[in-house]
Amino acid sequence: MTRARNRELLALIPVALLLTAGFAAVFAQESSKLGNLSVTYGAYFLAICVATHLYLRIRLPNADPYLFPLMAVLTAFGLVMLYRIDESLARNQANWFVFGLILFALTIQFLRDYDVLERYRYIIATVGILLLLAPRLPGIGEQVNGAYLGVKIGPISFQPAEFAKIAIVVFLASYLRENREVLIVGARRVLGVTLPPLKHFGPMLVVWGASMFLLVFIRDLGSSLMFFAAFLALLYVATGRFSFVVIGMLLFLVGAYFIVATVPHVHERVEIWLHPYAEAEGSGYQILQSMFAQADGGLFGKGFGQALLHAPGEPRGIILPAAETDTIYPLIVNELGLFGACGLIATYLLITARGFKIALLARDGFSKLLATGLTAVFAVQVFVIIGGVTRVIPLTGVTLPFVSYGGSSIVANFVLLALLLLISDRARREVETEPESQGRDEPLGAAA
Amino acid sequence: MNRQIIKLFAFIMVLFAVLVGFTAWWSVFNAKKLKASKWNHRPLYEQQQIPRGRILADDGSVIAKSIPQGKGVNRTYVRHYPMGSLFGHPIGYSFIEVAQSEFEKFHNEELTGEESEFGTILDQLTGQKQEGEQIVTSLDPHAQEIAMHALEAAGFGAVVAIEPSTGAVKVMASNPGFNPNKVPDLKYFRRLNSHAEEAKRPIVNRATQGLYPPGSTFKVVTAAAGLESGVITPESTINAPGEITDEGHELANDGHIDWGPIPLDTALTNSVNTWFGQLGQKIGQDKLFTMMEKFGFNAKPPIDIPEEEVLPSGLWDLENDTLLTRKDPVDLARLAIGQERLLVTPLQDAMVAAAVANHGKLMKPQIWNRVVNTDGSVTKRMSPSVYSEPISAKTAEELTIAMEGVVSEGTGTNAAIPGVAVASPARINPPSNPIVKPLAFSSDSAQPFG
Repeated sequence: MTRARNRELLALIPVALLLTAGFAAVFAQESSKLGNLSVTYGAYFLAICVATHLYLRIRLPNADPYLFPLMAVLTAFGLVMLYRIDESLARNQANWFVFGLILFALTIQFLRDYDVLERYRYIIATVGILLLLAPRLPGIGEQVNGAYLGVKIGPISFQPAEFAKIAIVVFLASYLRENREVLIVGARRVLGVTLPPLKHFGPMLVVWGASMFLLVFIRDLGSSLMFFAAFLALLYVATGRFSFVVIGMLLFLVGAYFIVATVPHVHERVEIWLHPYAEAEGSGYQILQSMFAQADGGLFGKGFGQALLHAPGEPRGIILPAAETDTIYPLIVNELGLFGACGLIATYLLITARGFKIALLARDGFSKLLATGLTAVFAVQVFVIIGGVTRVIPLTGVTLPFVSYGGSSIVANFVLLALLLLISDRARREVETEPESQGRDEPLGAAA
Repeated sequence: MNRQIIKLFAFIMVLFAVLVGFTAWWSVFNAKKLKASKWNHRPLYEQQQIPRGRILADDGSVIAKSIPQGKGVNRTYVRHYPMGSLFGHPIGYSFIEVAQSEFEKFHNEELTGEESEFGTILDQLTGQKQEGEQIVTSLDPHAQEIAMHALEAAGFGAVVAIEPSTGAVKVMASNPGFNPNKVPDLKYFRRLNSHAEEAKRPIVNRATQGLYPPGSTFKVVTAAAGLESGVITPESTINAPGEITDEGHELANDGHIDWGPIPLDTALTNSVNTWFGQLGQKIGQDKLFTMMEKFGFNAKPPIDIPEEEVLPSGLWDLENDTLLTRKDPVDLARLAIGQERLLVTPLQDAMVAAAVANHGKLMKPQIWNRVVNTDGSVTKRMSPSVYSEPISAKTAEELTIAMEGVVSEGTGTNAAIPGVAVASPARINPPSNPIVKPLAFSSDSAQPFG
């Protein structure tokens, strides 16, 4: 069981090297001389990671060994990108990283028996919904680019949707664990389509209604899509009925179509997506610049610190807007090219693979569904933001997990990671104690 | 539930593959189109960050160089022209505010080091910054200066001197000129382009775009057509009275002098109109046009200046902005003496002279001589190439002998530029009101962005 932790420790070494090399590259570009500051940063980062690793060694010796290093890679990568954009952003982000790790440790400390979450599922669901509604509350709500995603209390502003996604996944996992049997058994076939039982169709409609409400209320297609996709993924895994997913998707499409036609802000977002050149210097500016930045990258990219962020000699003439949040991916493509972007997406895919592997190994329904839901919502978030800046779907303001600038995002995602590791530790412990069971085969051991 | 989890993972793999696909589309497959988009200012910003290669005169003196400004990622390069207005034409300018023109524009790829795709990929891998190559021209600053002074004394016009055996352009001066260093000043730039003072528009290179009635210089072409087609020999005479009637109008000699029967050299030295008018009629339109085209008329001269800044010479129908063809009705006698609707650029004039001097071979006129990369080695060298062979060596020699009197005693005495071979009655004193064809100049290209 310590073998897993040793593997984790080994995997952290390339992370620290990457961070050091990245900072060195940016330094070299910025000041033409290489200070030992980059090495210092790398050492700090490695020290924090090793401390976390030691903590995991004690608390969760059996947990998945690759998840933490993978997330550390992304964080390190994000820090380098942010450092390259603006030194102070990287410093803030590093603080948030430490704060995130503290919350990560606290989650592991106090939620070791995460089944208690099931007991409070309705409270959690309520908190989740309140979090989502908070940005519309007068006084604390904050409108960013027409969408209501931020909350500002005093000096602190955060994005509640990042935390809400965890709360809602916890609720859905618990609810579906309890009702999955009924949903399957009670289903009947109408005109060749398997429909869920009417009595339980209700909750499904409620979730659908909630995401539609979300779309109208916070006007953000991205987060709405993220929540509903996580729900469909969980529903599919819980019931095994693909028809439910199809019905859900149709419902979402019909609802979204109607809302796009009626809510001006959402409509505008879709218009920009379809015809970015129509308002090239106005509303289409961001998506166009994001495409231009990618075109500039080519196969290999321009190299760390080499991309054009603002007009030369004019620090305020910003070319790529929101490069630290929404458009950080185009910046990555710009500097590291298609190959670098593939590496990044592969890292996210590996995390997804490890997440689903945890779900496969988990024994009880709640653990399985929780791991699936957390992994799915994470993966869909990646898809929504990268899909947004590459014009697969309309661009909306969700963050690129662990890479984009933003305290809420990094803290919430560390909590998500903590939950996954908790599930993983229990599952693997059970596997260890029952070696004759079939749990040892690893169908998704992509990272091993 | 495990089966569904695996299927879900497969689905997410598909989603991520879509992301990779779209990224590849924007960053690689569609990149060229995106880079060319008029909304994309990145290529311009980037060019500003490339140390553009220097442009040198044939004696090594610097015509254009780039001066760094700012530090680190903010470092940009601004073009500076140490000789000021001396080489405003034909070098042109290169500034982010107003884009590029003339030689700077034509040789942009070499000057920015964008020659080979392989080079840039290698540079990317090694982290090497793109750097422009320098170009050594065949321009002679001393001769250019003399030409400019002469022009300033004489009025608006242009002088072109070509080395006959190679086509190397030694002088290309245009008056009024402009100071390229002041071009980024938009007020100055607008004035250079002003339509209000069309005749003055200093932004126009009169050497390549000034259309002038050639007058007597065209008689060389007529003579060449006559000799080459066998209509005349150097010895044969044509009776040249004081005036003849042509298409109902009188065509007269200078001072109505009746020269009687004279041979080619006498006619050429004294620019006898009635002699050449009759010769033109004997040659016929078809043969005269063929000879003109062999000398480069009716086409844009193949010089290293962007096509849109070069005009062809020929019979211009200015109302319709087209050139007349050999099938259009033309007053042959007047064409033969360089009148009619014939309009010629000084560059074309120089090409005719150079071809005669080079034993009948017209070399492609080129301003550049060689491209030198950053470590000092020559990467490309101009190899003189033949554009056409309008006349045989024999005809060329006969013409040269016939013309010898022109510069020393005839009508073209002003044409003696020290150090430059003058083999024709080349005009240094052009009419002060040339027809400068209005350039298509949209205000867009003068628009700064920011």
